[in-house]
Amino acid sequence: MPSIHPLRAVAAGILLAASAALWPALAQAPAPAPARGGTMNIIISPEPPTLMLGINQTTPAAIVGGKIYESLLRYDFDLKPMPGLAKSWSVSPDGLTYTFKLQEGVKWHDGTPFTADDVVFSAKTYLTAVHPRSRPIFQRAETITAPDPLTVVFKLKGPFAPFLMAWEPSTAPIVPRHIYEGTDFRTNPANAKPIGTGPFKLKEWVRGSHIHLVRNDDYWQKGKPYLDEIYYRVLPDASARTVAMETGQTHLSAFADIETFEVPRLKAMPHLEMTTKGYEYLAQIVWLDFNLRAKPLDDRRFRQAVYHAIDRNFLRDRVWFGLGKPATGPIHSSIPHYDANVPKYAFDPKKAEALLDEMGLKRGADGVRARITMDQLPYGDVYVRAGEYIRQALGRVGIQVTLRSADVATWGDRVRNWDYEMTLQVLSQLGHPALGVSRLYVSSNIRKGVLFSNVNGYSNPRIDALFDKAAVSADAGEAQKMYTEIQKILVEDVPVAWLLELEFPTFIDKRFRNVVTSAIGVRDGFADAYMQR
Amino acid sequence: MAALRDFWRRYRRNKGAVVGLVVLASILLVAAFGPVIYPGNPWDMAGAPFQSPFGAENPLGTDTLGRDVATGIVHGARVSLLIGFVATLAAVGVGICVGAVAGYFGGRVDDLIMRLTEFFQTIPSFVFAVVLVAIFTPGIGSIVTAIAVVSWPAVARLVRGEFLTLRTREFVQASVVLGRSARHIIFVEILPNAISPIIVSASLMVATAILVESSLSFLGLGDPNMMSWGYMIGASRSVVRLAWWTSFFPGLAIVLTVLALNLVGEGLSDALNPRLSREGR
Repeated sequence: MPSIHPLRAVAAGILLAASAALWPALAQAPAPAPARGGTMNIIISPEPPTLMLGINQTTPAAIVGGKIYESLLRYDFDLKPMPGLAKSWSVSPDGLTYTFKLQEGVKWHDGTPFTADDVVFSAKTYLTAVHPRSRPIFQRAETITAPDPLTVVFKLKGPFAPFLMAWEPSTAPIVPRHIYEGTDFRTNPANAKPIGTGPFKLKEWVRGSHIHLVRNDDYWQKGKPYLDEIYYRVLPDASARTVAMETGQTHLSAFADIETFEVPRLKAMPHLEMTTKGYEYLAQIVWLDFNLRAKPLDDRRFRQAVYHAIDRNFLRDRVWFGLGKPATGPIHSSIPHYDANVPKYAFDPKKAEALLDEMGLKRGADGVRARITMDQLPYGDVYVRAGEYIRQALGRVGIQVTLRSADVATWGDRVRNWDYEMTLQVLSQLGHPALGVSRLYVSSNIRKGVLFSNVNGYSNPRIDALFDKAAVSADAGEAQKMYTEIQKILVEDVPVAWLLELEFPTFIDKRFRNVVTSAIGVRDGFADAYMQR
Repeated sequence: MAALRDFWRRYRRNKGAVVGLVVLASILLVAAFGPVIYPGNPWDMAGAPFQSPFGAENPLGTDTLGRDVATGIVHGARVSLLIGFVATLAAVGVGICVGAVAGYFGGRVDDLIMRLTEFFQTIPSFVFAVVLVAIFTPGIGSIVTAIAVVSWPAVARLVRGEFLTLRTREFVQASVVLGRSARHIIFVEILPNAISPIIVSASLMVATAILVESSLSFLGLGDPNMMSWGYMIGASRSVVRLAWWTSFFPGLAIVLTVLALNLVGEGLSDALNPRLSREGR
């Protein structure tokens, strides 16, 4: 028992009593009502090529464009749909008919009223023509109709479970029919002067300097948005971005704006608040990819041994500076279909060695059991450090890893043409396993020359059948059972070793409230964000 | 023997060169015997990350992943010196051959070879090295090749100049009259007389090669499987505000080595060309 000085104990007691007396007063102070006004300065890097989300879905475009364009739904942090341009929605019991009731009194930025025809045009004509990611989704629709100006009905050819997950602004932006119908979508002059329904309008864009958005006074949510204007400041230099946040010149940073090693320092600054929320929809996982065509990677025991030999907590703490969460399987834990009840691969080098011994891979005279080449993922320093750690960790159990480095294009060429043994990879899961996960494991997606397909050649008829059935199952309970089985099988098979669920730090100046309110975080419209006085 | 003593007497007169020689000798000793003192793998996580220097276990601290900086510097010395010397040797070899042929034969041959040399010289050498390493996968072989490819033109021009003057001397003329082969005249008669400026420029070239290798590694184009000083600085430049020692000590190692090589080069120049250096001052 540590001894406590009596005087110190008394002092502590007084302090406790005083704070207890103060606490209720603090708790009862009413939260100040959101007030109109204020200018928010936000970091944007790199500068988006355009703000037209139908044509460009890169993160910077989605961040700025998400203030201008809206979609039918929004998603809360658990990825449950919330009303957006659609006030309410219903799904028929057979999972084939989706009916959306639209908000009333919505106007485009040019004053034209927004109607169901705009939604039909966007989904049926516009997005299927220009948007690579939403084309396969809307091509599943048999008919898209507008029975009245405030109702849209989608009749699908077959059930498609993730249909309700496609309605965020960068996947399905709703565009004005009266501007785009009958024009060349890619060269329409409105792409440079975007017209949406969102809470902010584009006022001015000075290339290389800033993008100036102003309040949409006719916004359909009366009284919103609260902010008068938003300036997106183009800051290509990482240290300049950090300084801008430190000095309060900018009020918001997101994604990789702030380099990981600067995060602990900014986190401690009194005027900044850090959150890792708002990335649930993207849900990125980093994994170690094994080319299953190469020996000894084709042996499950070898892959399990590798998984056991890597300390995922070390990667999180030392390489990602505490940002992230050790991954347990193919589905990110923020996706509702995630199941934690799968075999666990604890960090256990002894077990790894036992598995390798069992395979007959004995240590040679030089202590080496097997030699593997690993391609470094050229996405920046953290991935290089991670590769170096993995080489050392595997070296300890007798697997000698030789690192090979290359530029992004060369790396991509090697991986998509299956010319690799081991590499790190990172990808988003897009809210639903059928959108972002199945593409990596189903054998129908083993396509040479296509990056982010099933490049490692995993093929399991049971997994193929389960993914296919789960995607078209109208019964959520049934689908969940299948996704649970998928996770169990995959984790046992270890076609790849899932290392880390990435977390991104969003830094918000504490004067600004309600900034991150949904699963798409800073890419959302900011109708609710306000500045405290 | 007397010539060597004479050489040393002249070399000694340049105090800086003596200091440089001492420093260079100690760096060579570290490269040769350091791995005995620090037998560990420089990539291994030897301790907790970001240990400050001057501790008992990690005299120069540890980096982001807990790798020992001292071990890295000792092992890096081998890589840096190896690349420096091998690349220089290759560049000097190519440079001597090309320059000798151009200078000795002159005329059309000289024109052709010199235009080719100038072509190489017009490309900014570091950018050229980056391109070469990026095309061939980064590795120790491609780095040595790249440095040699960008360094030989300077040697070639120097050698050509020497050959152009020496070619007209009587002893060369005599050999020609005696019917010696061109190869014999180039390598046995002229080259030994042209060797001193080549040695001086080679010693400086080692320093340049070490700098180029460090810069390549700093940019992430080093051999990912070999610890080098440039890599250490590049890998820790992002944490310089958190852990200055991770980039300071490898930087110090580069500065000392390059400085020592330059001092030695200057001393060699003094000792080998006594008239050039002393008369002018």
